[in-house]
Amino acid sequence: MTISIDPQKTNNESLQPKGWLRYFSFSLDHKVIGIQYLVCGFLFYLIGGSLASAIRIELASPMSDFMPRDVYNQVLTLHGTIMIFLWIVPVVNGAFGNYLIPFYVGARDMAFPRLNAVAFWLIPPSGLMLVASYFVEGAAQAGWTAYPPLSITTPQSGQIIWILSVLLLGGSSIFGGINFIATIIKLRRPGLKLMQLPMYCWAMLGTSLLVVLSTPVLAGTLILLSFDIIANTGFFNPVLGGNVVVYQHLFWFYSHPAVYIMVLPAFGLVSEILPVHARKPLFGYTTMVFSIMGIVVLGLVVWAHHMFTSGTPPWMRLFFTIATAFIAVPTGIKFFNWVATLWGGKISINSAMLFSCGFIINFVFGGITGVALAQVPFDIHVHDTYFVVAHFHYIVYGGTVFIIFSSIYHWFPKVTGKMLNEKLGILHFIITFIGFNLCFAPQHWLGLNGMPRRVAEYDPQFQFVNQISSLGALLMAISTIPFLINVFLSVRNGKNAGDNPWNALTPEWLTSSPPPVENWEGEAPLVEEPYGYGKEISERK
Amino acid sequence: MTTLDSSKEIQKNNSEVNETHEDFRMFGLITFLIADGMTFAGFFAAYLTYKAVNPLPDGAIYELELPIPTLNTILLLVSSATFHKAGKALLKDKNSESQKWLFFTAFLGIIFLICQLFEYFHLPFGLTDNLFASTFYALTGFHGLHVTLGTLMILIIAWQSRIKGGRLTSQNMFPLEAVELYWHFVDGIWVILFIILYLL
Repeated sequence: MTISIDPQKTNNESLQPKGWLRYFSFSLDHKVIGIQYLVCGFLFYLIGGSLASAIRIELASPMSDFMPRDVYNQVLTLHGTIMIFLWIVPVVNGAFGNYLIPFYVGARDMAFPRLNAVAFWLIPPSGLMLVASYFVEGAAQAGWTAYPPLSITTPQSGQIIWILSVLLLGGSSIFGGINFIATIIKLRRPGLKLMQLPMYCWAMLGTSLLVVLSTPVLAGTLILLSFDIIANTGFFNPVLGGNVVVYQHLFWFYSHPAVYIMVLPAFGLVSEILPVHARKPLFGYTTMVFSIMGIVVLGLVVWAHHMFTSGTPPWMRLFFTIATAFIAVPTGIKFFNWVATLWGGKISINSAMLFSCGFIINFVFGGITGVALAQVPFDIHVHDTYFVVAHFHYIVYGGTVFIIFSSIYHWFPKVTGKMLNEKLGILHFIITFIGFNLCFAPQHWLGLNGMPRRVAEYDPQFQFVNQISSLGALLMAISTIPFLINVFLSVRNGKNAGDNPWNALTPEWLTSSPPPVENWEGEAPLVEEPYGYGKEISERK
Repeated sequence: MTTLDSSKEIQKNNSEVNETHEDFRMFGLITFLIADGMTFAGFFAAYLTYKAVNPLPDGAIYELELPIPTLNTILLLVSSATFHKAGKALLKDKNSESQKWLFFTAFLGIIFLICQLFEYFHLPFGLTDNLFASTFYALTGFHGLHVTLGTLMILIIAWQSRIKGGRLTSQNMFPLEAVELYWHFVDGIWVILFIILYLL
């Protein structure tokens, strides 16, 4: 059965607001929704970043002097939740996915445009609700993991608002995932084969599978947790005969795949950016596809490596250690593929390329500490110390956030038709890279020496290293300033970019910048070789 | 197959684009039901783990009787069949017959919910009595919520099928097919739930 699309009905352009006002409307255009995701996410990034700064100020001295201890707990909980659920997941999936996927599959919009708009508009209210919970008897204090019995015994209102807001964000994420799967599988342009898709499509397909399979489990778990808090049931309350470890299993069944939900799209984006700026085809396309799918399958069966200190039986430890070590294989394949893509290429050193290279360097550190943490004896030693904090910030900040910035530099000309200033961009990269490593590299040492995480006070012997780390955090905060100035100046009077400033071959560059409402004036182009760099034009398909 | 942009007429006449594409609403619904099924899978996993690890404390009461849930299983299985009948009738453009079957399906759904409430009121334990009681109410309650939503949707499509050539016709079967798939899903979940909660 087919559906006919009446152009008068679907894109009632006369009814949609024009100019910047459309970003505040219930627009169905995937490009508008993508920008809505990006800007909304960035505003929450600024809030989450301010909270991170507050944490680093507090930790500059061993005593709890900058804020009360319970406020510190609220700040770290809000920081984690905002950064994960309101910045990284919506931006790296929602923003770039919505903007790019319809171009890549040769479609005029996503498969379900209304569902898409609903998915976005769930985010601002739930984010505001989460931030506002601080002003109602204080925000949640149990960390982003909300482990019971801590989450049951801390003040209720903040925790319940936290649960409600995470449920809404999870719903938004599931709707987005359904939309991406349908778009990539069903909405492809005729003649475009799956193995000809740009790598970001594969990354988003894998990510969306993880979203659809694991997010509902978190939703169910949080509903049970909310019963424990408000209805006095005992699912996870040992006093009433419940079992806290069940919560941990169910929580990490979502939250370990969540790591891949945050980092797989970044893998896809970096695979788009590197070939363009190195003027070489992406190395090992097929192995990239299989390693993404390998990560999806393995990512679903490694969750208990977060729980080696939760009385896990030996067989479970053995299984999850081996499964986790296996994940290093597909990840390593991808890493070598990126290096091989750069090898012998005609590399242009610009901001997008620098941030991508920064990603590769940071990510290999995060990956190696990840393999180390999967080993039970080592994990038991550093569990819940700053080593873990350093590890996952190397993945989510040094990995994903670097790629978010890289992608902004890469696709800004497409979205606005203006170039970003390269000098400010390179300054942004240098301060971010130095600040990031200064902030998080010393935390490995702190963790190995036994400084626990999530505590406002610490042993005075750690003060000097903590101050270095805080200095790095200050640099990271400062690094946002050249970026914001750059975006502001370039939007107003940046150099005109033209349609294809990078001479890229992927489909989004084959239309005007900014693209028209339905992406292409005529028929969607058939791009069979999105990475055909370094070949004569006649050789390209 | 997708016919987006494929016909040559479209290329000739870009100003009057009238594109068609495959109907993938059912594909989206199936993806959503997989996600919904994972929520239940999480609940089932929690319940089975509790059963394996957490002993029932002394003096705690957790006993289930079989007659009502067995009746409920039969009700839901029959309702799946009657829903199928409704679809067959609509395909032959017999709207009034289709509507009758739909109302009968909704009636079975309502009877299911009444039986479920009757069971709730006659069980010897309450929501917060012990771990297994809580899990029992959470699981059956979450499923009951699905049955309630399904019944409401059946009543809506029954109303839509009241006239020939209205919103629900043999040409536009999607609303009926979507609700039918959802109803079979809820039915299937009940069978698993019945086996895990009552029989194991």
